[in-house]
Amino acid sequence: MNAALLIIALTALAALLLGLRARRGKDMDLEQWSVGGRGFGTILVFVLMAGEIYTTFTFLGGSGYAYGHGGPAFYILAYGCLAYTISYWLLPPIWRYAKQHRLISQPDFFARKYDSPALGVVVALVGIVALIPYLVLQLKGLGIIVATASYGSIGSTPAIWIGAAVVTAYVMVSGVHGSAWTAVVKDTLILAVVLFLGIYLPLQEYGSYGAMFTAIEAAKPGFLALRPTGESIAWFDSTVLLTALGFYCWPHTFGSLYTAKDARAFRRNAALLPLYQLILLFVFFVGFAAILKVPGLSGPDIDLALLRLSLQHFDPWFIGVIGAAGVLTALVPGSMILMASATLLANNIYRAFSPDAPDRAVTTVARGLVPVVALVAVWFTLEGGTTIVALLLMGYAFVTQLLPTLVASLLPHNPVTREGAFAGIGVGVATVAATTLTHTSFATLFPTWPEGVRDLNIGIIALVLNLVALAVVSALTRRPATVPAE
Amino acid sequence: MAWVRYLAVLPFVGLLGGVFFFNRVTPLVFGMPLLLAWIVLWILLTAVIMTVIYRCDPENADPAPDLGARRTRP
Repeated sequence: MNAALLIIALTALAALLLGLRARRGKDMDLEQWSVGGRGFGTILVFVLMAGEIYTTFTFLGGSGYAYGHGGPAFYILAYGCLAYTISYWLLPPIWRYAKQHRLISQPDFFARKYDSPALGVVVALVGIVALIPYLVLQLKGLGIIVATASYGSIGSTPAIWIGAAVVTAYVMVSGVHGSAWTAVVKDTLILAVVLFLGIYLPLQEYGSYGAMFTAIEAAKPGFLALRPTGESIAWFDSTVLLTALGFYCWPHTFGSLYTAKDARAFRRNAALLPLYQLILLFVFFVGFAAILKVPGLSGPDIDLALLRLSLQHFDPWFIGVIGAAGVLTALVPGSMILMASATLLANNIYRAFSPDAPDRAVTTVARGLVPVVALVAVWFTLEGGTTIVALLLMGYAFVTQLLPTLVASLLPHNPVTREGAFAGIGVGVATVAATTLTHTSFATLFPTWPEGVRDLNIGIIALVLNLVALAVVSALTRRPATVPAE
Repeated sequence: MAWVRYLAVLPFVGLLGGVFFFNRVTPLVFGMPLLLAWIVLWILLTAVIMTVIYRCDPENADPAPDLGARRTRP
């Protein structure tokens, strides 16, 4: 066993023990398990919400995107910033309503607002279909990190199994408490590692940031800006806006926002999270530093840029520290996703079909489903070929389709009826599936239209059709005082 | 001070509108490509704007934590 593997193994063990310990002194009913008894203060809510954002996607994908795409990678910085601005007004009313009605999951919110458990089932299904590929992505990243950082002494398949077993164990025992405490460790470690790498590597390789970017511009003119076509300004604006809108529609994000003790935590975080986001800047710097130093990575391999460049510079023990940080970026969001999936299945699908089930039975089902969901995710990670890529592309677009129904329900007099909600979500999700599976884009739909239209994100079509269906069906089914105004 | 909340429109204008004018690599600003520097500037401004909004929002003035149950609907 080399030094790197030892450090990674110890970190995984520490995460497991910390996660298991987190349950101490808590009576684990469903509210405690899923949403921490709604007792988390600003800091825990902060790391949970930030913890979901800083996933393996940030660590490997962010640097890889900067390495492989250049300037278009900046969209990741921009959408987060806009999402936090929206969060100031979006999250407090959701939290308040959830607390009033003791809601546990995202589908609960829709089911309650529209007085329809069936809508809850639909929202739960949309959530599950979006969450599983997201979990698979974390496990894939985990496999890559461990295999690379352990210098191949442990393969990615055993690493994926071990990682899945660790999260399954502490999610079953501690629920969201386990995620919160491992998130604190993760964020501390990732902050230190990313700041160090993002400063050390560019300065070591080039002497200064200016020299690095000048060298890249000389080698690849225009690479650090948006493209005239393809990843253009139209692409940037439409993608940033759509991603910012979908940001808070994820089921596990609802789970962590329910954990808050008071609504002020969200408003305070809305000012802090944009700054925290600047960590991404240093992730990008690492990816940029790799462009001329680790040339030739392409396709999915661009995600290896950060690890490959690090391997050229550091001793095994420090590679172990980087690997450990990377492992935590997979485990913590993985645990949140796993818990959210199990909660959706138990609380909104199992309960919908056996409405008389006592809370204790639902809790048992939720915990029992954790290893099942984990196994499904591991299976997809190891066996799922191209299917999972298509699902991944769809996931974000799927959950974004919940936004119009969600925002309407927060208005003082909700103009959307129950039928309108079904129609909007249904049409939106169907459009996303159709356009993704047939690889439709604005460019294929309108080949002769100007560039500004052809580069628009295809997700806009689904959202527009969603809104149309929502408005038309709501207008047709409006009855006086059907859905309670509140 | 209710108008202060409309400052939240500025990050959208700055980030989505600004790219039309600042989609360039040079000149480098603080060593960063111009487009990146512009986005970073707006992240910093967004933090400032949201802090101002937070300070001016009467909802946050009450020293007691705002419990959901206490809030009554209008």
